[in-house]
Amino acid sequence: MRGVFLVAALASVLAVALICLFLFAQGFPAIMEIGPLKFLFGTEWKPKQDIFGILPMILGSVYVTGGAILLGVPIGLFTALFMAKSCPKPLYRFLKPAINLMAGVPSVIYGFFGMMVLVPAIFELFGKRFDMMSGDSMLAASILLAMMILPTVINIAETNLRSVPQELYEGAVALGASHERAVFKVILPAARSGVMAAVVLGVGRAIGETMAVKMVAGNQAVLRLPHEFLKGVRTLTTNIVTEMGYVEHGSLHNGALIATGVVLFVFILIINMLFSVLNRDLPRRRRGKENAPNLSKEGAAL
Amino acid sequence: MAPAGARQGKVMKKFEILNTDLWYNDFKALHSVSMDIEANQITAFIGPSGCGKSTLIKTLNRMNDLIEGCKVKGSILLDGEDIYGNIDVNLLRKRVGMVFQKPNPFPMSIYDNIAFGPRTHGVKSRYRLDEIVEKSLRDAAIWEETKDRLKKSALSLSGGQQQRLCIARALSVEPEVLLMDEPTSALDPISTAKIEDLVTELKEQYTVVIVTHNMQQATRISDKTAFFLLGEMVEYGDTQQVFSNPREKRCEDYITGRFG
Repeated sequence: MRGVFLVAALASVLAVALICLFLFAQGFPAIMEIGPLKFLFGTEWKPKQDIFGILPMILGSVYVTGGAILLGVPIGLFTALFMAKSCPKPLYRFLKPAINLMAGVPSVIYGFFGMMVLVPAIFELFGKRFDMMSGDSMLAASILLAMMILPTVINIAETNLRSVPQELYEGAVALGASHERAVFKVILPAARSGVMAAVVLGVGRAIGETMAVKMVAGNQAVLRLPHEFLKGVRTLTTNIVTEMGYVEHGSLHNGALIATGVVLFVFILIINMLFSVLNRDLPRRRRGKENAPNLSKEGAAL
Repeated sequence: MAPAGARQGKVMKKFEILNTDLWYNDFKALHSVSMDIEANQITAFIGPSGCGKSTLIKTLNRMNDLIEGCKVKGSILLDGEDIYGNIDVNLLRKRVGMVFQKPNPFPMSIYDNIAFGPRTHGVKSRYRLDEIVEKSLRDAAIWEETKDRLKKSALSLSGGQQQRLCIARALSVEPEVLLMDEPTSALDPISTAKIEDLVTELKEQYTVVIVTHNMQQATRISDKTAFFLLGEMVEYGDTQQVFSNPREKRCEDYITGRFG
């Protein structure tokens, strides 16, 4: 019987190993052929002329993810604090499933929402003043991703805030601290590494998102600066999915797209490593049992 | 009502508890408790588990407000002012400090643990904070052990040290009353002895109310003792009298170990 478990466990390890193998085996030769520096720091992506620089896409992913964190993390954190520390029970019974539902909505649905609501709204607001062609933009993608990372950030932050012993809260309040002061100065710092873990997982979710971003980001493989957030942008993920359909098999173009996947994969590896470093000092003092299932589930979703 | 038991002529009442009832939802946890708590005395609450002694001590700084479904009727006067009336609860808790059963230092440095209280109440000057930290730690008899490691995490201290740190933290906001809810029940005998010595010294400056399961502890340190049973205050008087010559049969039974 133990053998069955072992095989099951090995299957998932094998899957990851195969993905690594495939990515690196196909991506590396292309990177070498293009030249690693030219590939990573090249500012032009022109497949027809065999120019493959993915800096615009790397920056695109960074901008869009950064925007999502900037918008989503404060909201998520405040929501988590509210849910963990001051939410009335009847409201909680409604709020918690609503947030879980948010996590379950397919990204294409988010994408549709972005296309039908966000993009026109942005165009309406800024279109004329800033001479926009459409509302498809970094901003639209950032807002949409902010919404999409909310459930991840909220659930993990809430779990970690809840695992801070109530005695600490009582200790602060007994000294005459207000509820807000006790929460911000005692509970939140006590849950700091857990909250950071929530942010890191949010980054992972945002950087890997493809479908929804493709539908609202404008998909322009052009080098952008952060202040051009009303312009269109292409990310690592959307670069792959946009051109994978028509690329010639075995061509350098095909290799360059897989190499884009390699870069994305490395990003995710770094994020996962950060996450496990942050997570390592969590369960030592607190009840690790409460955290572990939730975290590993979310971690696997990366 | 219990007699005031004036031993040394003039006795100041710190708290006057008047006909106080308390419910947790439908469960009545306190039945019309009335008693005076005297200033600069150590008052011990004793009684079996679930008798209401911890509940009563938490009404004195309104920590019961945190418990959902808790309702208090009657009045509790602190220096003549009803603390369930129109008062600032945070200010009340500054005046009436509390030490808990389990040491609960914040996961931050020893210094920041002590400075948290004064900072809460608006002390910003670094110099003043340094002063308060040193004085509080000295008053809680833990200065010598911690003065060289103020920047270290409070969690690196032993259980007994942590509890004294928590006492220092409670003292840092210069309270008038110190409530202690079984402060030594999680500690070893040596730490317990240290804290008992400390409490005895503290009564010079503070009014102390202590809940304890340990009757030897009550006789060792307290001036007055109140015995509770099933949410009722059964007997209240000078500690010596309560333990050597209890008026109530139920109190005598408990003290002599016939139940509880």
